[in-house]
Amino acid sequence: MMRALLLAVTALFLGLFLALPLAAIFGEALRRGWGVYWAAVTEPAALAAVRLTLFAAAVAVPLNLVFGLAAAWAVARFRFPGRSALVTLIDLPLAVSPVVTGLMYMLVFGLQGWLGPWLWERGIEVVFAVPGIILATIFVTLPFVARELIPLLEEQGEEEEQAARLLGAGAWQTFRRVTLPNVRWALLYGVILSVARAFGEFGAVSVVSGHIRGRTNTAPLHIEILYNEYNFAGAFAVATLLALTALGTLAARAALEWRTREAV
Amino acid sequence: MKWFAIILGLVSLGCGARDEQLVLRNVSYDTTREMYVELNEAFAATLDGPVRIEQSHGGSGKQARSVIEGLGADVVTLALAYDIDMIAERSGLLAAGWRDRLPEGGVPFTSTIVFLVRRGNPKGVRGWADLEREDVVVLTANPKTSGGARWNYLAAWGGARRAGLDPRAFVESLYRRAPVLDAGARGSAATFIQRGMGDVLLSWENEAFLARREFADQGLEIVWPEVSIRAEPPVAVVDRMAERRGTLAAARAYLDFHFTVQGQRIGARHYFRPVLPEILRETADIFPEIAMFTVDEEFGGWNEAHRRHFAQGGVFDEIYRPR
Repeated sequence: MMRALLLAVTALFLGLFLALPLAAIFGEALRRGWGVYWAAVTEPAALAAVRLTLFAAAVAVPLNLVFGLAAAWAVARFRFPGRSALVTLIDLPLAVSPVVTGLMYMLVFGLQGWLGPWLWERGIEVVFAVPGIILATIFVTLPFVARELIPLLEEQGEEEEQAARLLGAGAWQTFRRVTLPNVRWALLYGVILSVARAFGEFGAVSVVSGHIRGRTNTAPLHIEILYNEYNFAGAFAVATLLALTALGTLAARAALEWRTREAV
Repeated sequence: MKWFAIILGLVSLGCGARDEQLVLRNVSYDTTREMYVELNEAFAATLDGPVRIEQSHGGSGKQARSVIEGLGADVVTLALAYDIDMIAERSGLLAAGWRDRLPEGGVPFTSTIVFLVRRGNPKGVRGWADLEREDVVVLTANPKTSGGARWNYLAAWGGARRAGLDPRAFVESLYRRAPVLDAGARGSAATFIQRGMGDVLLSWENEAFLARREFADQGLEIVWPEVSIRAEPPVAVVDRMAERRGTLAAARAYLDFHFTVQGQRIGARHYFRPVLPEILRETADIFPEIAMFTVDEEFGGWNEAHRRHFAQGGVFDEIYRPR
């Protein structure tokens, strides 16, 4: 009885807040037919927006992968002054509102900001150009890999690594042959989360983008623009692309959890 | 290794090929999107070489803020002169005398504030006084964030005063009863049209025409009040930015094009009131003649209007308390 009730509540909740809106997105997107849908997602500005979103993620996520690994390893394996400060700093992007993130970059790189005049003299564009969008994306996706790894590394302890070192492995060899294989699923999971966040980011990117159509519009910004142009079908069509990547992320996650369970 | 190749491929996609053609960037406000699609195409056809015009649209104040922070705009086409004044004052990217460099004080088209009502005008709204009735719910955007909404506010103030009402009590009642204040003009239009909230949408005339056409099935109607504000969205070249981007000549030609017969006709097709007398006559049947006052006449200019009404602690802050 209890079980049935709980299941019913969960199903109702998920249906109401997840499945229904998702269905609505696809419904709205296809309301005026496949032709309109196809035109909206293959229009040059939409393609440019999707490409920029992929590009920002392709730069930000690998960088965060390296950073996250290094930071997690340092935190889990070594004791050093400022260690807890580092852990807090890694969490910072989760606590700061994305809009504030964008404004922070504006204060540093904007023409009236600290580095702005210097950059202007040298003709380097950061905000209102692709570098600014990448910076914002790096910032908002920074915590995910490190946060996945730190608890796992701490839980696993360093016995295996010490054994490897005793048997004559170097630091790099130990990392590659012992540490990395132990955390690879967590690492991949962190990457998936980062990718999802990078694709969906709106607030921080909106502040630094400048909304130049075909140049600095990411997919989420493009959706807002289409919506404001009364092009609801187009807005929902591009939204389905983001929804599909979200579903892809979920599928990848499920597959990953299944693999992990197999591996244990 | 495979991952590396994929990433490399994406990187090269993102960088793309840099084109050598002339690129003009027009940083504009929310409601000019449709017009500039047509105007840009017509302007490009008048040039010998290829030109690409990049558009950026958003709330007028936010756009000005971005230009001040370095958004590379060759020209700005914003909702109110105050925003261009701010760019001149805060960034020095264009000279304070920008108004004198183009005809008509740099205002190629004008508009006014009208009432958009539902099919058959069920509440019988005719003029400003009707908006004070308790049974009439008025939608407008937030004047703190939206340039269009500032025009709404000032139109309501001046319109009420000219209708013999107390302007302060009038706008206070308007904003006190507003069910929601969206951040931008298009946002409040979507609330009115898509979500069906409110009886009257205060709107730019061109936006009202556009909404009536885009949502013809809803039978929206436009009501022109007996008197309203003359909305004057100005244009200007951002000199230092255009100089640096090597587009100064093209930027000037682009703005001049706004004032040509062809440019004026395109504006009128998108329901902006032309300023050339001959085109104004040509389009007289579209735009009803109503009495209009300007910001300068009624409020002593934008700086004064801003200081008194919209600045921190101004009249708007005093009358509006978010619920």
